[in-house]
Amino acid sequence: MTRAPVLTFTDRGIYCPDGDFHIDPWRPVARALITHGHSDHARWGHGKYLCTHQALPVIRHRLGDITASGIAYGEARRIGSVTVSFHPAGHVPGSAQIRIERAGEVWVVSGDYKVEPDGLAEAFEPIRCHTFITECTFGLPVFRWQPQAQVMAEISAWWAANAAEGRISVLAGYSFGKAQRLIAGVAPQGPILTHGAVEEINQILRAQGYALPATTRVTAEVSAKSHPGALVIAPPSALGTPWLRRFGQPDEAFASGWMALRGIRRRRGLGNGFVVSDHADWQGLNDAISATGCESVFATHGYTTPFRRWLEEQGYNAGIVSTEYGEEAEETAEVTEP
Amino acid sequence: MKDFASLFTALDATTKTSAKLTALTDYFRTAPEPDRVWAAGLLSGRRPKRTVNATELRDWAAEAAGIPLWLFEESYAVAGDLAETIALVLPPAQNPQPAGLSDTLRLLTALAGRPAEERRAAILALWDQLDGAERFLFTKLITGGFRMGVSQGLMTRALAQATGVEEATLAHRLMGDWNPATTRFADLISEGDGSSAQPYPFALAAPLEDGPETLGPATDWRAEWKWDGIRGQLIHRPGAFALWSRGEELITDRFPEFATLADFLPPGTVIDGEVLAWDSTANRPLPFADLQKRIGRTTVPKKLLAEAPARMLAYDLLEAEGADLRAAPYDERRARLAALITALPAGLPLALSPALPFGDWPDLTAQRAEARAAMAEGVMLKRATSAYHVGRKRGDWWKWKLDPWSVDAVMIYAQAGHGRRANLFTDFTFAVRAGNELLPFTKAYSGLTDAEFTEITRWVGKNTLERFGPVRRVKPELVFEIAFEGIQESPRHKSGIALRFPRMARWRRDKSVDDIDTIDGLRDLLRVARG
Repeated sequence: MTRAPVLTFTDRGIYCPDGDFHIDPWRPVARALITHGHSDHARWGHGKYLCTHQALPVIRHRLGDITASGIAYGEARRIGSVTVSFHPAGHVPGSAQIRIERAGEVWVVSGDYKVEPDGLAEAFEPIRCHTFITECTFGLPVFRWQPQAQVMAEISAWWAANAAEGRISVLAGYSFGKAQRLIAGVAPQGPILTHGAVEEINQILRAQGYALPATTRVTAEVSAKSHPGALVIAPPSALGTPWLRRFGQPDEAFASGWMALRGIRRRRGLGNGFVVSDHADWQGLNDAISATGCESVFATHGYTTPFRRWLEEQGYNAGIVSTEYGEEAEETAEVTEP
Repeated sequence: MKDFASLFTALDATTKTSAKLTALTDYFRTAPEPDRVWAAGLLSGRRPKRTVNATELRDWAAEAAGIPLWLFEESYAVAGDLAETIALVLPPAQNPQPAGLSDTLRLLTALAGRPAEERRAAILALWDQLDGAERFLFTKLITGGFRMGVSQGLMTRALAQATGVEEATLAHRLMGDWNPATTRFADLISEGDGSSAQPYPFALAAPLEDGPETLGPATDWRAEWKWDGIRGQLIHRPGAFALWSRGEELITDRFPEFATLADFLPPGTVIDGEVLAWDSTANRPLPFADLQKRIGRTTVPKKLLAEAPARMLAYDLLEAEGADLRAAPYDERRARLAALITALPAGLPLALSPALPFGDWPDLTAQRAEARAAMAEGVMLKRATSAYHVGRKRGDWWKWKLDPWSVDAVMIYAQAGHGRRANLFTDFTFAVRAGNELLPFTKAYSGLTDAEFTEITRWVGKNTLERFGPVRRVKPELVFEIAFEGIQESPRHKSGIALRFPRMARWRRDKSVDDIDTIDGLRDLLRVARG
């Protein structure tokens, strides 16, 4: 008798029949294991939630009254006839890959991940497995990130140059994860102001013990006059809105992996795009997959079709899983579909 | 390349004209002189001789990046620009070297005619010396299609500010077919000696959006047909006879019938006019399609010369007896032009573009409505007192075109755009109804907002029926109003017709595929167009 695979792919999400749970489902289910708190992975309406202790506060903040419990990184837990554990994914604070073991067969669901440590999120750990379910948001060789230190130095220099001209710098990044990484990574040289959506997450992460420098929430009293030469961290949706008027004529920039492409940078009408991504680049994806020692790979969201073909040419059994990840609510989603 | 890359980055980072002007002026003050010449050349549409083709570039880049060619092509489809794709997929430069713009271009042009293996080694070595913006620009110089978001006018202004030479003088100097590889900076910015075949910058008209009533008294204005041909400048100076297109291309040899004019026009004459294919029986222009057969042919077969003989209809006189007339009032230039042409013997392929006398604006409006019958696109309005300006200066010259034709059509194929629109589906193929079938008849890729393209892109993702490489066949569901300026018979197209300047006038969300127009409707328009 052939047993069902450890994980199956349903229209609600990735499902484990032997444990009767879903991972990052996009329709309501009884029991959901959640990799991280971004809105396309942690959705509302499930019966019970399980995520890392570190991910729980943000998920509770975003989803309100839910039945949820936390688990430590690396802690093995028996659910039905499988054993699950959560391991750092390096994507955002608290983010995890989920490992599922059944009778010696190991599957890992990556969620979203990045391999370079960013100094804030728990650093990515490669997990040995037989089958790896990987994202491939940036799964094409045109995406190659520079080391974080180099990009942060560029951002710091941009901020300094604006400050010297008496201009406010506005840097847009996703309000959970990217924003905090920017705040923690930029060289301290003046006041850092935050949009409310960013500051709420800052407060939650600070309370958890993540090391974030002091920031000031933008309120009615805050302006270019009260905080000359400041750096403003805001979600992308705030760019080009009247909210920015208080800062006179600020220099606006966007921090995202998509800024690697000139066409997208120009379409956004932004002079400055900083290539900062919380996802793995082409090399990172390939290294991560190789480090798992897996035989089979399923690609979820991103450039799945070419990525799968590439993996097959590298000798993997590769497949595509159709998911509803990759459209985070705050981003005006670019086309990421191949 | 570093200074030039910094200039490029500065220009790319802003949409503000003042900031672009500052960056350009700084470059023209500080860069080495040979690099300044090249920058002026590149920003006025000149490019180095092509020594490597796109196929070779792809092959070499994919190999150096260690990726299969199909993956390179997938990457190209996403990045939307060949040079950018190459710059991004190549590993970081292992051997960074400072190199000047002109030095790099000299290395590049020296590759002409060399064996493939030698060119490959040279290009790979250069790629390995350049990083980031420098590598992208270097590759862009090879692939062509070089744009920096700077008009020639702005570049000229920056050069004027940097050198103190008058802008109009520089605009004139930058015309024609000078070669940046062999031109010294001092020569580029000095006054010419007036004996060459160098053209003047063309005066351009702005589109008249509102009615002519906004222009003031009708008596201040002169009207003529706006012809649908090739704008040209005919130059006869001592020892030089030349015909230039508006794109500053020398097209003298493509229109051998004009050569005889050198015997009759006095030396020191420059005429601005429209080159048209002429129907001498009906004494009116042939459709643009007939002229099109002559464009791009450097040698013209006898048969074609007979079928589509060229004629210039003269608009303006820029130089007479060697004197620059451009500052004189339009009426005066026009009177001298008329006198000059009247004095020519009959049978020459040069005539005055006739004036359209009109009493008042309603009178002209009525005449404009007859433009199609005259094989014209609309009317031109020029202020009686206007000088012949350099480039497009609003206020004195207006083009008042006929309203475009339009049809409602359904989108059936979509393809991603390039450059700024990489990653968005922007290039669409449209169909009209032919019986029970949908018949593709045109492509269009402009006219919508970025927000609309983004929305359509999402829709395409969900409604793809089939993929052919980068092209998607989609559900025939989205209806657009396609506007166009003209319609011609075309045996090359399945529909048998070709449109001139098609674009999406509107996304008709209120219409379904049942409401689109038919091929018979288009064929009726074709009959109207043929007069």
